[in-house]
Amino acid sequence: MVATLELHILDPIDIATDRCKGCGLCIDACPKHVLELDETIVNALGYHPAQLTDAAGCTSCAICARICPDTVFTIYAPPKGGQQ
Amino acid sequence: MTATIVPAERRVIYRRPQALSEKSTHYCPGCGHGIVHRLIGELLDEMNLTERTIGVASVGCSVFAYDYFNIDFVESPHGRAPAVATGVRRVRPDQFVFTYQGDGDLAAIGTAEIVHAAARGELISVIFVNNGIYGMTGGQMAPTTLLGQKTTSSPLGRESGAQGVPIPITEMLAVLPSVAYAARGSIANPQLIGRAKQMLKRSFEIQEKKQGFSIVEILSTCPVGWGMTASEAMEHVERDVVDTYPLGVIVDRIKEGK
Amino acid sequence: MTAAPVLMKGNEAMAEAAIQAGCDAYFGYPITPQAEVLEWMARRMPELGRTFIQAESELGAINMGLGAAATGARVFVSSSSPGISLMAEGMSYMAGSEVPIVLLNVMRGGPGLGSIGASQSDYFQATRGHGHGDYRTPVLAPSSIEEAVALMADAFEIAERYRTPVWILADGVLGQQMEPVVPQYRTPERHEFDWALSGTGGTREPRVVRSLHLQPYELEEHNTHLQQKYAEIARNEVRFATEDLDDADILVVGYGTAARVARTACERACANGIKAGIFRPISLWPFPAEALAKAAAKVSAVVVVELSAGQMIEDVRLALEGSRPIYFVGRTGGMIPTPGEVLDTIRNAALEAEPDYWLPAGQTAASTPATKTAEKCPESAAGLYPVELFE
Repeated sequence: MVATLELHILDPIDIATDRCKGCGLCIDACPKHVLELDETIVNALGYHPAQLTDAAGCTSCAICARICPDTVFTIYAPPKGGQQ
Repeated sequence: MTATIVPAERRVIYRRPQALSEKSTHYCPGCGHGIVHRLIGELLDEMNLTERTIGVASVGCSVFAYDYFNIDFVESPHGRAPAVATGVRRVRPDQFVFTYQGDGDLAAIGTAEIVHAAARGELISVIFVNNGIYGMTGGQMAPTTLLGQKTTSSPLGRESGAQGVPIPITEMLAVLPSVAYAARGSIANPQLIGRAKQMLKRSFEIQEKKQGFSIVEILSTCPVGWGMTASEAMEHVERDVVDTYPLGVIVDRIKEGK
Repeated sequence: MTAAPVLMKGNEAMAEAAIQAGCDAYFGYPITPQAEVLEWMARRMPELGRTFIQAESELGAINMGLGAAATGARVFVSSSSPGISLMAEGMSYMAGSEVPIVLLNVMRGGPGLGSIGASQSDYFQATRGHGHGDYRTPVLAPSSIEEAVALMADAFEIAERYRTPVWILADGVLGQQMEPVVPQYRTPERHEFDWALSGTGGTREPRVVRSLHLQPYELEEHNTHLQQKYAEIARNEVRFATEDLDDADILVVGYGTAARVARTACERACANGIKAGIFRPISLWPFPAEALAKAAAKVSAVVVVELSAGQMIEDVRLALEGSRPIYFVGRTGGMIPTPGEVLDTIRNAALEAEPDYWLPAGQTAASTPATKTAEKCPESAAGLYPVELFE
């Protein structure tokens, strides 16, 4: 018998990578510098989409959502007590 | 046996507005149109306008605007959107009507239509996206192109003698007593985006209260036309364009009690 | 019950006919010789709580029409030749977007600023599409004020049934003249449109009224659909009138005011021993080609009368396919052919003069008595053309 405890580390944001055009505005705008372009993948539109590099550093300020021209971001409130 | 911790429902702070359709836009990476579309979508949701709205699309990069919103739309010939919107509004007094126009559409070919819709005080919201260039047709000079700016039809830089001066159309319209609200915002940084949204909201409120005609000009970017990256383009708007087109509320006759 | 006739001015009668046909909105701009339409609407539409706007230009007017019509409203717009040219863009958009509207052109002399006299020199413009693109618009040409009033309701019906702009092609004479009229106003039935914009109401999918189909194969599909529509209109909406065809030897073809001049000329021709009948197209598009060919089958020659340098004559030639000699009499610039001039051409035709040349004004044919004698003079159609117009 194996007990596996699955801890879900929940990202504070979702990125619709199929819609992202890799414009980079969110990367510059993020005050915590936790966004980068993921150059390991190319989406169907032909771009490197944005990715969250440090979930713990994100404060759900939603500035990325505010500046994104393609509305790729969904922002969640940070859980109480911070991220596990 | 596996034990899984089921996460509690996450509270959503921000998600894609319902008023925006699912379709991915054809706009270039970093183009300001996407931001303005999003602001409109957010406001239509927040103010419960989506189901009553008829949009008037114009001609320019935003010609496909009707594909990006979940609302009724009529396509207008280049420049004629204020006249088309007038026709819609007059026979449909209970709908919410906005035009979405670029700088060539509004301040070149459509100059007569916008002046007279403003003079008649039509109960519409004009959303004027000014990026100082004709993007869709390949980057030609616009009436709002800056002096010295190089475009495909001003390759040596715009020169006032031969090519005229940039037209401050919104200030010109604001002179008309029938214009209830005229403002200029920008999308150059997140804070300015927030202020631009407030200007759009004011315009929408004024239409809902049937207080008069309103126009919100939003300084936007055209990275490809300007030959800049998206970030450079934002900086250009923030630093340079505002010298010719300063930000702020140009007139709010309702607040001023006129 | 026949009402007593009322003396009415053409422009005002046509405006009132549009009102009685239920038009919700009128957009226009002052231009001679149809300013009375605008002025009538300026007074009457607000009385009825309907929309009236004097736009900043004809460009503004037609686009206001596009907007209002896109919401399913019944829309009427009027202008005259130079202003109609400005409306070409809007009409092309409405044909492509399949939006109904009725447009009245009270034709004046052209080209350019021209004159304010009557003409029929916008025939090509009206029947060959007017704006850019592969499209046709139904064109109705009244010849009297009473007929103009009756055709107005037809125009709205055709526009809504087929989702197309429809022309009423009148001229400055019809617009300005006053006649006793028993107006037969009619309000066509209203329908719900499944394409009209009204806000989704949360109950249906969004609708878009547009003419842009960027992919060529999509636009071709759309054009095929439009052409099928035009074919249906061509089958169903042909209109024409004939007079004294039974034993006619010369067929005179004219529409609008030209037909009235032709009428007088034909009466005189009869008095001179020439049997002349009239073929009067009422729908200029679709042109009554089949009916014209049939009417011309038993005559020796055809005379075409127009207030132009010759535009409808091309459709006459196409319809007759060279089967009959065609003579032309016309005046341009706002001048009206006189019955005498038309009679001269009828005489020429009867004398088998050279076909297809334009008889300049003032020149008369050699006066040789006609070889045929009439047994009986055709009677004038009572009531329709009560006024002797010229000379």
